Amino acid sequence: MKNIFLIAYLDIKESLRSKWFYVYSLVFGGLMALFFITGISDAVVMGFTGLSRMLLIFIQVTIIILPIFILITTVKSISGDRESNVLEYMLSFPISLKEYYWGKMLGRFITVFMPVFLALIMGVIFGLSKGGSLPWGIIFLYSILLFSLCFTFLGVAFFLSSIVKSTDIALGSSFVVWILLLAFIDIALIGLMLQNRVDDNVILIFAMLNPIEVFRIGAISLFDPELTVIGPVAYYLLDTLGTTLLIVYAIIYPIIIGGLFALFGYLAFRKKDLI
Amino acid sequence: MIIEAKGIAKKFMREYVLDHINLTINSSDRVALMGPNGAGKTTLVRAILGFYHLDKGDIKVFGNDPIKSRVEVLNSISFIPQLPPPIKLSIEELIKYISKSSNTTQESIFKEAKRMELDLEANLSKPFFKLSGGMKQKLLIAIALSKKSNLLIFDEPTANLDPKGREQFYELLSEIDESCSTIYITHRLDEIEPLVNRKIYMELGKIVEDERL
Repeated sequence: MKNIFLIAYLDIKESLRSKWFYVYSLVFGGLMALFFITGISDAVVMGFTGLSRMLLIFIQVTIIILPIFILITTVKSISGDRESNVLEYMLSFPISLKEYYWGKMLGRFITVFMPVFLALIMGVIFGLSKGGSLPWGIIFLYSILLFSLCFTFLGVAFFLSSIVKSTDIALGSSFVVWILLLAFIDIALIGLMLQNRVDDNVILIFAMLNPIEVFRIGAISLFDPELTVIGPVAYYLLDTLGTTLLIVYAIIYPIIIGGLFALFGYLAFRKKDLI
Repeated sequence: MIIEAKGIAKKFMREYVLDHINLTINSSDRVALMGPNGAGKTTLVRAILGFYHLDKGDIKVFGNDPIKSRVEVLNSISFIPQLPPPIKLSIEELIKYISKSSNTTQESIFKEAKRMELDLEANLSKPFFKLSGGMKQKLLIAIALSKKSNLLIFDEPTANLDPKGREQFYELLSEIDESCSTIYITHRLDEIEPLVNRKIYMELGKIVEDERL
């Protein structure tokens, strides 16, 4: 067990020196700073202003870029080490595969979650400096939603990283996953609905299974309890499940999906040739 | 008995890379593992280290399955790969990883490095991959020797060393405990002949010659 923390610690140290980590932190921290500088928090759109407006914009951006950032930076974790023979050397020491895999995942989770979380905190500080009130409930729930979104895509990335041998294929698969999931958020679902070729229940199942859509509905329902700013599928789900159940689902479902993918990744890592 | 392989076979792309090999290595055996490129030498070593799931046969290292009991098996093995991998950890972090996970200490790694004339203190914060080829190889050798193992596996260990480095390396090897077994993958038997007592020659995944020297 002690080696899990050792591997996590070393992975964090390695990530903190990597260029991807600087770009990743700069994108999220920079976005928040940009929102502040450009006065987005002073604008009023659909009744949102101040800190809520800034957080809402942050969510919209997070939905699109967080999954792909996590996928492309993490998917190389094991497959890259395998390709460069780093894995061969590191695993020639008496470390169990369980410690290595879960230690890497723990370390990587901290490095992908912390910059986004800190950007959120930065936004809150900006908002407070503007004299707004602090929406504790929204900040708390949004942090948990970010946690579960990071966890889902980390699980998917570790799964891909374990099953493919080449970094190129791992990166390509990441893009396919991201594009597919993005295509099936509300807009594509509305398209399917309009065509009337697919049963409405199938479309709702698609929406409920897509972690990006689930995060989107959960996060936006924090600001707009009637979901007037997003599409009919989200509205239907809110109407059927109710706000509380929808948020609980939006938190738990991505964690389960991420956990399952991470577990399948671990089983593949154990069952397949290591190099 | 250190290694016992019975009919082990491994296929890549439908081709046998290890073709039903039987092999026994006892303690005190010092083996030169030779053969042309693609003969299966590295695959055999990787099977011993538990990196490959075999298609057929059974391998025991120190009486254990190297996959199921990898921690127990690797506790007693030191390995130096053919080329130093581009590890991004700093020297300090790499040494920490090894000393915490293996039966060695930071002090003994420093001691062995000193004997190889490698100044670790001046490079502690440097990432491993930024060291020169010779320095990397010396550090890997120092790590392997500091780990008090019963089996040392070297895959072309002197490939990156200058003549003086090679000399120092062979001098250190001559001090290894008699009971310790070693496997050297090499193309140059003349260099290590005084250090080995057995020569195994592989070709197309098979052992074609196994001779005591």
